[in-house]
Formats: sequence, C-alpha cells, structure tokens
Amino acid sequence: MTTEDPFAFGDLTEEPPRSLVDLVYASWVAVPGPLGEVFLAFTRQGVEYARPAAALPDGDGGFRAAYRARFGRPLRRADAPPAGVLAALSGRPSRALRLHLPGLSDFERAVLAATRRIPAGQTRPYNWVAAQIGRPRAVRAVGTALGNNPVPLLVPCHRVTKATGEPGGYVFGPAMKERLLRAERVNLDEVGDLARHRVFFIGSDTTRIVCYPTCANARRITERHRRGFRTVEEARAHGYRPCKHCAPAAAAPA
Amino acid sequence: MEDSRAGTRPRSDDPHADPTLTRLVEDLDEGFAVLVRHEERVVYSVALRVTGAHQDAEDLAAETFLRAYRALLGYDGERIRALRLRPWLLTIAINTWRNSLRSASRHPAAIPTAELPEPRSDGRGVEQAAESAETQRELGALLARLPAPQRAAVVLRHVAGMSIGEVAEVLGCPEGTAKSHVSRGLASLRTIHRNASPAGRRAI
Repeated sequence: MTTEDPFAFGDLTEEPPRSLVDLVYASWVAVPGPLGEVFLAFTRQGVEYARPAAALPDGDGGFRAAYRARFGRPLRRADAPPAGVLAALSGRPSRALRLHLPGLSDFERAVLAATRRIPAGQTRPYNWVAAQIGRPRAVRAVGTALGNNPVPLLVPCHRVTKATGEPGGYVFGPAMKERLLRAERVNLDEVGDLARHRVFFIGSDTTRIVCYPTCANARRITERHRRGFRTVEEARAHGYRPCKHCAPAAAAPA
Repeated sequence: MEDSRAGTRPRSDDPHADPTLTRLVEDLDEGFAVLVRHEERVVYSVALRVTGAHQDAEDLAAETFLRAYRALLGYDGERIRALRLRPWLLTIAINTWRNSLRSASRHPAAIPTAELPEPRSDGRGVEQAAESAETQRELGALLARLPAPQRAAVVLRHVAGMSIGEVAEVLGCPEGTAKSHVSRGLASLRTIHRNASPAGRRAI
C-alpha cells in the first residue's frame, strides 16, 4: 500500500458461487427429429430455439450463427437434450418440456401455447388458434406469430393449416410442412377431397357431435354415420354440438 | 456503444498480445469461455462490492459478460485485438450498475438491509483490524454505504487493484477526480467504522 492509501484491504475478491460461464452460455445439441436431425439451443430456463438441419444451409455452424444473431448469447455444445424434447419431437406431449421464449409478446406466447395443444396427426385452422386465445378476428396476426415461432416442431406450428384444409405457409416452406404432416399420418388427400366438396367439418349422426376432419373422434366415425358440414352453424342447425376435444371454431372458410 | 473508448489500446500490433484476445478472434464462442473463466473472479468481486448483495452481484456480472459478448459480435478482429479486457469489462460492469441505480431510483425497491451488517467496533484501528478475514468481510459490507461514485472508485482501486489512471478511465473522469473519490471514500469508511454503535464497544 502506498502512503496515500493507508487502508489495508487485503484481498477483497472472491469466486462467484457458480461459474458465470453456466449463466452466460446457452447450450446446443443435435437430436433426431421427424425429418432428420434437429438443432436445439437451451438455457436452464428452457428450450429457446429449434431448427431442423434440413432447413439450414451450413449444418450446426448455420444454426449457431442464426441463434447468435437472434439471441446474442454464446453457445457451447451439450451432451444431452433437456427433458421432454425427444418425446415432443416424436409426437408425444411432454409436461417435462420447458420452453423459454424471451422477447415474444403476450399475443405470440398465447398463440404458441394454444398451438402446443394440437395433438400429433391432427390439424387446426388459423382461425381456431385465434378463437382459442379469445382474438377471433386476429387470424392474420396468428399466422405472423407462428411464422416467428422460435421453437417449431416443439410447438407444432406445422399443424396449423388454412381453413380450406390446404397446408398453407410454413417457416421452412410449404413443402416441409406437407412432409411433416404426412409423416404424422395426416390424410391431406382426404382433407383436400372434402374441401373440394365444401366440407370442412365432420359429424357423427349417432353422437350428434361435429369435429374437424383430422380430429381423433372424427376419424373413428364409420363411413355410414359420417355427415359433412360446411360450417359449425350448419351442423348446429341440424342438432349437432361441437366436439369438446377439437373445439371447432365457428368461422367457416370464405 | 457507450464503452467503445475505454479499454482500447492505441496500437494493435502489440507483440505481447493477450492470448485470450487471439482466441476470441479465432473462435468467438470458445474464446469467450476462456475470457469468462479468466475474468469472472474480478468482475464478480467488483459487482459484489458495488451492489453489496450476492444475488445482485451474480446478475450484474452475468449481464456484464452478456453485454461484452454482444459488443464483440459487432467488432472485427483488429478491434478485438486492441482491447484491454479487464478495463473494458469493468467499464461495462460499472456503467451497467450505474444504469441500474438510475432505474432503481425511478422505481425504488426495498434496500437489502439484511446484507448490510452493523459495523463491528472493538476499538481497534481499521488498519490493524483489516488483517483478519472477518474484518475483510465487514469492510466489504461497509463499502455498500459509500455514495456511488466513491464506492465505484474505491472498489476499482482496492478490490480490482487498478491504478488511479485505470480507475479514471473506467469511470470516464479525470485522474484527479478519481483520486479524490478514492481518498474521500476511504475517509468515509474510516468514519463509518469509528462511529459504530458505542453499545457494541468492548475494551480489549
């Protein structure tokens, strides 16, 4: 100590209780997905970012660059994915899967939360998501929010389709959306045939319940009891009630 | 960037270049882990002594490294090689802390008084007392009672071990001002220590 600093502090430094590397870095990992490898980035708070390798120009390098550009956080490789990821990627809903979605608006979070509830092998139209979150007129905004989904496949935005039954747009292009849906055994050909006949809802004349055509309940209806409807209102007029599982939205495609 | 001037050396062809800088230029994400491991003790300690609370210190230190990383993303190799890492990081830390004080004064929160122990007063002089580890911790806690500019100056000088010139650089003030913050801060610490509650005084 010099004479101007007569106060002998000694060493007042100490190690942080846990390494800051663990706080500052996110982890990345490659896991098997429905159409080949999927890259994931996650922190202790949950999965932040997911991209299928097929959608990236440059493998994990491209993934890491995209994550950095969007999140501004360094990445290091992890040995294993967080809990629930593999189940979610193979189409089984997982309560263990935690998502961390910084920077999204409340509206975007609500859209993703509703979309996450769509089971594998089924589709819902954009206006269903809008109705689920209490914003029935915000159909276009739902499409925009899904296009900005940082965790596609984990939040299955590919299961949200046009009200006409066509797959519609996708963050990685409509062709990949169709491949994903077919891989989940969504019968897009049947949905397309029904749409050409202006049928967008299927009811059972024994249970008097009306569903989206891809709903598990609709697919159980035997051929002779299937009734097609253009709108939910039309079905109601015939004494049908909406299915509690797929909750068909009132609006009909134009 | 608010921190662009501090911590930059005038020449980039220094033959004794910091190997961490070279690694940052070669692979930012790998090099940055080396940087964090090298500097986390100092950054965390400065954060702890200015904030006075472990959780705030961890948040401030992590935020400092994240801001540093985001700045590095926009720097080319030449600019990275010209950095003097420790003053640069501590400039980010001090500026982040000052900004948090400003927003905290707009949105006052509870003061963590539980982490500001009453100063011990056993009648010994501060200089002798500083020899014991226990007193070290007390002095660390007393730092949290200094006004912000003095606290920052004393912490940079005596916790981070910086020269007055570096303290001035990090604080963005003239050396004379930095020097006076340090000496006034030390004088206040002595006064705080001396004026500890008489009830606690015991003759040795």
